[in-house]
Amino acid sequence: MARIELENLSKAYGDFHAAQGINLDIADGEFITLLGPSGCGKTTTLRMVAGFIEPTGGSIRIDGKDVTARAPWERSTGLVFQNYALFPHMTVAQNVAFGLEMRKVPKAETEEKVVSALQLVRLDHLADRYPRQLSGGQQQRVALARALAFRPDVLLLDEPLSNLDAKLRTEVRLEIRSLQQRLGLTTIMVTHDQEEALTMADRLVVMNEGRIQQTGTQRELYDRPANAFVASFVGRSTFINGRFKDGLLVTDGGLEIAVGKRLSGSGMMALRPERVSVSSAPVDGAPNCFPGKVEFVSFLGGMTDVHINLQGGDTIVAQIMNREDEEAALKRGDSVYVSWPPATTVFAAANAV
Amino acid sequence: MSTAEASSGNRGGFLSRRRLGKWTLNTFATAAFIFVLLPLIFVTWLSFYSQEIPSFPPDGYSTRWYSAAIGNSRFIDAFWLSLRVGVIATLIGLALALPAAIAITRFQFRGRTTVNNLMLMPLIVPGIVLGIALYVFQVETEIATGIRMLSSPLGLIFGHTLLVIPWSVRLITASLIGFDRTQEEAAMNLGATPFVAFRRVTMPAILPGIVAGAMFGFVASFGNLELSLFLVGPGRTTLPIAILQYLEWRIDPTIAAVSVLQILIIVVAMLITDRFVRISRVV
Repeated sequence: MARIELENLSKAYGDFHAAQGINLDIADGEFITLLGPSGCGKTTTLRMVAGFIEPTGGSIRIDGKDVTARAPWERSTGLVFQNYALFPHMTVAQNVAFGLEMRKVPKAETEEKVVSALQLVRLDHLADRYPRQLSGGQQQRVALARALAFRPDVLLLDEPLSNLDAKLRTEVRLEIRSLQQRLGLTTIMVTHDQEEALTMADRLVVMNEGRIQQTGTQRELYDRPANAFVASFVGRSTFINGRFKDGLLVTDGGLEIAVGKRLSGSGMMALRPERVSVSSAPVDGAPNCFPGKVEFVSFLGGMTDVHINLQGGDTIVAQIMNREDEEAALKRGDSVYVSWPPATTVFAAANAV
Repeated sequence: MSTAEASSGNRGGFLSRRRLGKWTLNTFATAAFIFVLLPLIFVTWLSFYSQEIPSFPPDGYSTRWYSAAIGNSRFIDAFWLSLRVGVIATLIGLALALPAAIAITRFQFRGRTTVNNLMLMPLIVPGIVLGIALYVFQVETEIATGIRMLSSPLGLIFGHTLLVIPWSVRLITASLIGFDRTQEEAAMNLGATPFVAFRRVTMPAILPGIVAGAMFGFVASFGNLELSLFLVGPGRTTLPIAILQYLEWRIDPTIAAVSVLQILIIVVAMLITDRFVRISRVV
């Protein structure tokens, strides 16, 4: 297992920068998730680590050794492909043995390692099956066993759960995570699914348009997003535009919102729906207390999303816990008051001039 | 109650329409099948007539035309020549078609579509034109270089290779396009060089295409008449030419027997191949 260092890693196709100035230091045994929309450069970065894409700049070090110029087969990365890419004409055991065979591991040792790799994913009883005889979830585990069998320095996961159904996904998510922790594997996963990213990683790297937007733990990204993109991509946010003045954001509609931060010029702030309180009467002494009208209510089981129209046309979303008392539930057209402490504003920034 | 009836009535209507569609499809499929098989059935039937001049109804049945066919040294010699030329042309054709198909499917280069279409030319140009062209080409080559080409086995194999190439390029290209290249990447990720990845992962996946290409190429060569007419020499004829020459003088059912044997050999070859490699998945 090993540490991975990406230094100023870039890939350009002509004028198009698929990945630009990627700097990332991944500790031994750490699980890093690259998160972002499609085309953000996360897969490009992963494929550069695996050696399938030659970077146009920067370097990749694995375990202290510069592997930037090495071919994929000269690196020690175990990649689980999005479509698994199992060899259809080989049995499960032959698939898993392939990496060992390429490394000329003696036969007896290979057999031993294949069995133990399959035991890791609890598929040792299916060693003689062919991939087409397995379910999607089983194929996924074979792909994982194949990537792990030859003891790679790092494990790379390319959207490993996207082809599984929702229920299985939650299960496999936990399974991969616990396996990774048990083996102490340095892992990079790529996903566009924030829930997947939030539950699996030690640290997240949010990417957009070829650049890293922010790196940090789930909590850091959620509570202190570095920019509007991160605030919108990790968790949900309501954005309010306006002008900053004396620690306030003054909206076009005339609301004066305390943001707990002294800024100037025009800009925006972001608010998490669950941090907004909703009441039927104004709360004495509550900061940022504004009247509004319920515009839209969507019931989500344990929670309800309430879209509230504020004076001046801004709409904010509040997520409230559902109580037993159905009568008290909000309806479209209800007049309510919303409030939130300035400190819960996750993001506030003036537009760059 | 009434809604249940209505809905079952609707379902009945839908089902009967589906049945009608299925019936129509089956009828047309059967008609097409009969259309293709009818000549083969008649040839087979004819080969068992006992009389020399085919007339209907037959006087009786016998297998003597089969003995006549097998006992005729012209047919046997021609059969061996056709087989040898077909096998060699197929092997050479495959050796050229595989790299060509790889280049067409995997590399971006100028004139890629043109090359792809040129590969199909031998299928599009009438055989007789191709034969004349080759004949003239061989005459010119022989004059220019002094290498004996006219009516030599070399010239015949050269011509037949042209018949093999379009089929094998087409079928290998098709299977390469259908091949998921992430499997190659997976192999390389596991430590295989590109060559090893191709041999261990790609080859098994495209093998049905290669075998089917070889099969079709061989059949095209084995049954070819027009092209071969210009390329064979005295005392050295392929089976289709031997059949034609025989027909010029006689019309007894020996020809039918020879045809049936030829069909049988090809069918058996295809069935055996299909047992090992599922070419029926490709074509």
